[in-house]
Amino acid sequence: MAEQTALLELVNVVKHFDISGTFLDQITFKAGRITRNRTIVRAVNGISFSIQRGETLSIVGESGCGKSTLARTVLGLYPPNSGRILYGAKRIDNLSSQAMLAYRSKMQMIFQDPYASLNPRMTVKRTLEEPVKYHNKGIGASAVEEKVSEVMRLVGVDPKWAERYPHEFSGGQRQRISIARALMVDPEFVVADEPVSALDVSIQAQILNLLMDAQEQRKLTYLFITHDLSVVRHISTRVAVMYLGMLCELAPAKEIFSTPRHPYTKALLSAVPKLGAKDPNYIRLNGEVPTPINLPPGCVFHGRCNYADKRCKTEIPITTKLSEPTRVACHRVEEGKL
Amino acid sequence: MRSWQRFRQSYFFYSFKRDPVALGSFSIFFFLFMVSIFAPLVAPYNTYDTSTYDIMDAELPPSWMDDGEERFLLGTDIQGRDLYSTMIYGLRTSVFIGVGAVLFQAILGIIVGLTAGYLGGRVDSTLMRIADIQFSIPYLIVAIIASAIFQLAFGVGRFEELALPLLIVIIGLSEWPKYARTVRASVLGEKNKEYVEAARVIGLNRRLIMFRHILPNTMTPVLVISTIQVAQAIMSEAALSFLGLGMPVTKPSLGSLIKAGFEYVFSGSWWITFFPGILLVTFTLVIILFGDWLRDVLNPKLYKG
Amino acid sequence: MGHLLEVNGLEVKFALRFGDLTAIDGISFTLDKKEKLGLVGESGAGKSVTGFAVINLISKPGFISGGSIRFEEHELNRLPEEKMRSIRGNRISMIFQDPMMTLNPVLTIGTQMIETVLAHRDASKSDARDIALEKLRKVYIPSPEKRLEQYPHELSGGMRQRIVIAIALLTNPALIIADEPTTALDVTIQAGIMELLSQLCETENMGMILITHDLAVVSQVTQRIAVMYAGRIIETGPSDYIVNCPRHPYTIGLINSLPGARKAGSRLTQIPGMMPNLTAIPPGCAFHPRCRLQEPVCKKSRPALEPVSAPEHFAACHQVDKTVDQDKLLNLLNEDNQ
Repeated sequence: MAEQTALLELVNVVKHFDISGTFLDQITFKAGRITRNRTIVRAVNGISFSIQRGETLSIVGESGCGKSTLARTVLGLYPPNSGRILYGAKRIDNLSSQAMLAYRSKMQMIFQDPYASLNPRMTVKRTLEEPVKYHNKGIGASAVEEKVSEVMRLVGVDPKWAERYPHEFSGGQRQRISIARALMVDPEFVVADEPVSALDVSIQAQILNLLMDAQEQRKLTYLFITHDLSVVRHISTRVAVMYLGMLCELAPAKEIFSTPRHPYTKALLSAVPKLGAKDPNYIRLNGEVPTPINLPPGCVFHGRCNYADKRCKTEIPITTKLSEPTRVACHRVEEGKL
Repeated sequence: MRSWQRFRQSYFFYSFKRDPVALGSFSIFFFLFMVSIFAPLVAPYNTYDTSTYDIMDAELPPSWMDDGEERFLLGTDIQGRDLYSTMIYGLRTSVFIGVGAVLFQAILGIIVGLTAGYLGGRVDSTLMRIADIQFSIPYLIVAIIASAIFQLAFGVGRFEELALPLLIVIIGLSEWPKYARTVRASVLGEKNKEYVEAARVIGLNRRLIMFRHILPNTMTPVLVISTIQVAQAIMSEAALSFLGLGMPVTKPSLGSLIKAGFEYVFSGSWWITFFPGILLVTFTLVIILFGDWLRDVLNPKLYKG
Repeated sequence: MGHLLEVNGLEVKFALRFGDLTAIDGISFTLDKKEKLGLVGESGAGKSVTGFAVINLISKPGFISGGSIRFEEHELNRLPEEKMRSIRGNRISMIFQDPMMTLNPVLTIGTQMIETVLAHRDASKSDARDIALEKLRKVYIPSPEKRLEQYPHELSGGMRQRIVIAIALLTNPALIIADEPTTALDVTIQAGIMELLSQLCETENMGMILITHDLAVVSQVTQRIAVMYAGRIIETGPSDYIVNCPRHPYTIGLINSLPGARKAGSRLTQIPGMMPNLTAIPPGCAFHPRCRLQEPVCKKSRPALEPVSAPEHFAACHQVDKTVDQDKLLNLLNEDNQ
């Protein structure tokens, strides 16, 4: 793959959260001695991939797999514990907030919950004006106003409603406004965190169409986070499957849906409800997803995998490149047994 | 105009109109508040001006009683001041101290709570421990020490002039942790919401996020406790004045009036204590009733479009 | 022999400050033992209200303003509250989207299950415990004895939902109303829960009403589907026909707007606008402002549910003649005859 043109590149990104609280909370008295225990959530454990200009890379996975954390780490909302994030070949993970400001207008985010992502005390106009005014100090009032109505029209919200408050809009319209806010600064790269999961089916289609139109018109690159595989299939160029903070498989969308390689990807795809399919034959997995606090040794999936052997329990699989664009992290696939 | 119209159609205004307690308590509060603000216009005598009263008129009973005089509706106090006018001025002093102290504690508490809640970590623990310490010191002790030091340092004459701001500061200082805690709690709820993350993605600095995005969304509980706090502050001031640590007799508040009259209750001049007492109780009661209604109606769990 | 449940012309209103609001406007359906009926619609369509109305649990300011609900031998909306309560717990069980709505966080699973048994029948504590264990095995909970000692927060989301189902089974109900039982769960867990519910209807001789927004899920599980829009059933029929040969323009739009319906990357077919607010339901056919096929008559008269060409298939649309897909219909009818 032509790596040199990558818009964004992640190299071994790790994000852990310490949730053990204050020093006093960490101390426990056990078996006659005082010990200090820390509880660490290992949300993202060494993820590497790159995103090409103009593509839509989807990250799928079930709740708790670290996909939302990864999205926020990419945008610098959480500093990574280790690893590098490069935007257009420049490192951005260690920048000060001043230095980061230049990238803020290039990278934007769309959120899941249309009820929580807009400030309830700000009119639509103020919400949309804020990013433009902040990034273009000294911009004229009429230029801002023009920009607001232009973007509002683009997302399909009547500019006449600019003086209204978020609670006067429906969920779908709020999501449009949330998209408008992200587009106000003319970004190149947009992270969409479950942008349609909270919406009804008929509204979902409207928003997906809007996102695809915006991508075409403005040459946007998307990092699309979702658990909904039918959405993923529809809009993605490439798909990355995550499980417990690790990347299982990364492949072009067509390929991942036609020939999934990783056992987890296979199970995930088989469980998607299909319209009108009677007697769905899904792959049953053993047990439940372990917590990211106590990661299993070896391959994180081995406890639930139907193909796991001794090697899977001890050795962490490395992502192997199969045919060029496809990458899979599984010992059995690597051995050619799957 | 649009916002006025919106207000008239709101659930808030609707339930206000329908609730007789809210309507009644707010009307009485508003009336008394206006009277106290415009005291110089409403009161028949200016009781701050020593030339307007005469010691010869001292302890006259209310006008409808046997020895009462037409000039003094509710009688006079021991210095011969018209009790009715003195009460209006006293109410004004009480309102100034109540509102002033609440503004003082609110500003201090909001800034502390907002900073502690948003920044978290060490800043949070340090600020909230200070708040806990402040909260555990009774305001009476603070007041006694402060006014003692003050009277020593500036002399009793200066103290009479500066009593009002001093009381505002003392009562304000003792109650700010309430605001800090309330604001911190709602900041903790708000700061992880997606609109705050959106503001961070835009790159806004901390100050803007705290004051422009988070603060307006924490104002509802602040508004609710403010009503109760005004009543609380007025009562604190009355208590301090009653103990002789508050407003001087020359510029009496309701509390100092009650105290001044208290010594004469047993000699038959009951009205000097009785009428200011009734006024104090009425005023704080309507504020508390209105505050209770406000808390119910603004409670998001009870709120229904 | 009558039906297990027969709902006729059910009407639910909400008494609000500006007058009564009709949430459910005359809906009728029947359900037999072992039958599974899917109630599908977008948020605000009234599907959950229907579920609550059947067990007479509409909370104030809502009330049932008309129609009849016949369950076994009882006319449910004429029963005194005391009698209703015994039916509600005993013969009809309800499963909610959030398991924590049913589970008490401060009591162990065992306490909650045993108490439920004791509340409904005369049994000793150890008998009740045995019943609880039996039901836990029925929902395939591993090591059920251990679970009885655990608190809800110690279990994963999928496990909690299984426990809720086990609790629903404790009194051997004849009818289960499942309101979005898997919406909060991951796909791999969802598949298992749906399979379980479906299987239990057979083995326990129960009827089930499955309330959900997800057409794909219901189409896999239920024999019949009723599609709701703005408080009315606008189409009902065998699942195969609803999914493969829908006749109401809304159902057609809903199915076409699913991301799987179109070629990946192309624009999705969207239904313009959104579901009307209950305060402003359009006159005539409630769907007409969003409908491609609308004619003047749609604005004036409200269409009734009329049989369409397939057996047991009804649609409420004036333009139903224009929506027929002859080839698909013939195929389906042929399959049925074979």
